[in-house]
Amino acid sequence: MTTTTHPETRISADPDLPTIHIVREFDAPPEALFRAHTDPELVRQWLGPRRLTMRIEHWDARTGGAYRYVHSGEDGLEHAFYGSFHELRPPGRIVQTFTYLGYPDGVCLETVTFTDLGGRTRLHAISVFETREGRDMAIASGMEVGVVEGYERLDELLAG
Amino acid sequence: MEDRLSRVFAALADPIRRDMVARLAADDATVTELAEPYAVTVQAVSKHLKVLEEAGLVSRTRQAQRRPVHLEAEVFDLMTTWIERYRREAEQRYRRLDAVLTAMTGTETREEEAS
Repeated sequence: MTTTTHPETRISADPDLPTIHIVREFDAPPEALFRAHTDPELVRQWLGPRRLTMRIEHWDARTGGAYRYVHSGEDGLEHAFYGSFHELRPPGRIVQTFTYLGYPDGVCLETVTFTDLGGRTRLHAISVFETREGRDMAIASGMEVGVVEGYERLDELLAG
Repeated sequence: MEDRLSRVFAALADPIRRDMVARLAADDATVTELAEPYAVTVQAVSKHLKVLEEAGLVSRTRQAQRRPVHLEAEVFDLMTTWIERYRREAEQRYRRLDAVLTAMTGTETREEEAS
């Protein structure tokens, strides 16, 4: 683990519930976080893994709207994701569904809240899966399929 | 491999099994020893052990009749590794978001970009 000035991302996967909690603080107000999550030009800059290109095919960020995007890598493999914007309540709350087309029967409900800490913001993302197994799959695949940035050691372990 | 991970998570979903794993992390133990603190039968504990065994979390050595239960730490590390990998990916993503937010607000912080 490296020493860093960035606040650490905390993850918890409940052993009894099919959920993932992510907590992270940002040096920006909730309004900026909300924009960075809803403006497609901004989303494109951070959501996709660096090594993959993110192509947004549809993006209608409003309550009742929907989205669809594709991550593609140099190997030509594409991974598509889509979902609905269930509720966008600026500046503190985003609720949306999330489906990876590689596993079309699975749908995840994501609730992201931004809490104003006075100049800073705490992001709390809760992902609810249908089953614990589905949740575990998401953790195992890293959600962003095909992304392995410096985990050669793990690859060796898995090859064994 | 993903099936294996699922079995590990499922095996650890039960509080008694988590407790058993925690105790086995300290030392090997027999089924009778493992059953002692719980208000359940030895048979019930054996069932829990079978789940842990099938998930590859524990093994039973063939030491005459005693057959102590042994925690397979390597599998345990594997699951921790998966979660840590997931966490790091989220951290990388949020560092990119940090940069986007900095550009948006024009904050004059000169942070080194995470490589």
